[in-house]
Order: sequence, then C-alpha cells, then structure tokens
Amino acid sequence: MTALTKADLADMLFNELGLNKREAKEMVELFFEEIRSSLEKNKEVKLSGFGNFEIRDKKSRPGRNPKTGESVAVSARRVVTFKSGQKLKSRVEGYVGIS
Amino acid sequence: MTKSELIESIISKQDQLIPVDVDLAIKMILEKMIQTLSANERIEIRGFGSFCLHHRASRIGRNPKTGAAVELASRSVPYFKPGKELRERVNVPV
Repeated sequence: MTALTKADLADMLFNELGLNKREAKEMVELFFEEIRSSLEKNKEVKLSGFGNFEIRDKKSRPGRNPKTGESVAVSARRVVTFKSGQKLKSRVEGYVGIS
Repeated sequence: MTKSELIESIISKQDQLIPVDVDLAIKMILEKMIQTLSANERIEIRGFGSFCLHHRASRIGRNPKTGAAVELASRSVPYFKPGKELRERVNVPV
C-alpha cells in the first residue's frame, strides 16, 4: 500500500478537473505552501470539515539522551499540532481494518 | 486563516486559473485526503508532513454521571506528524 503524495493529488486535478500538468502541480504546491506560511506567521489554519492546524509554544524541559541516559535540556520550541474536524473524525472512526 | 481565506489568498497568488477552478481544486484536494484516510491509507506530503490513522482498542468506559460501565467500540483517529521543513519554519526563536 503506497501513500498518497503531491504527485497523486496533481494527477487527480489533471484527470478530474482538467488543469494542465503544470497548473495542477503548482496548485498542489500553493495549497500546502499557503498553510505553511500562515503557520510560520503564528496564524492557525482552520479547514472546516477537515481540521485545524494549531501552534503551541512549548517550554524548555529536562530530557534524556535515550542512548546514553545522559540528561540534556530540551529547548523551548514552537510546534504545530493538528486537531481533526468532526467530518474527518466521523468518516475515519468506523474504520475497522484487517491489519 | 479559514478555508475561504486560504482559497482567496491562493486566487490572488496565481493568474492562470479562474477563481471557481481554484475553489474546486482545493475542495477536491481536501476530499481526496479524507477519502485516503478513511481507507486507512497514509498521506505523505514532502516538506509538510504525513497523515495516518491511529487505532484505539475497544475499552470499558464509564458514564460519568451514573457510573455505569459502557463498552466503547474500537475506533480510529487521524494523526498528523509535521515534516522537517514545516517544523523548522514554525520553530522560530521567540
């Protein structure tokens, strides 16, 4: 089972929406770049029906090097979290796979 | 930023497509992503991140009001792991 990639999304826009290959590729790039650049400016992105990309500021905390057991500080950082929306949640929650 | 603001912003940044096509393209991308996850398939967007499902086993829960035990069915929840470029661009020194 292979994962869905930007190339697959561009193919879909080419096949189903009739964009040419270059337009399709650019549209996919623009979509993800727009989300990244909003998050970079500390602005969360709310995609109704899909989910919200949020920003969290994490304080520095003590951590450990898992290999050596040495304690090292984990520096303060800003991270992205994703909260799935109602529609996405309800469409995936019933998935009972044969794994 | 909301979905409609995102669509407006993309419309203003490109000059080849008419607005209605940009609107449709974004909605098709999101719908395809939902379909992929509902089939328990991964999404891998280089430089952005990956999405997959995490599976939760069924468990016995409690009705917090009455204390009665209720069986909660196993379920799947979407999970997003930010990619390297996204992590680095967001984690600006404050």
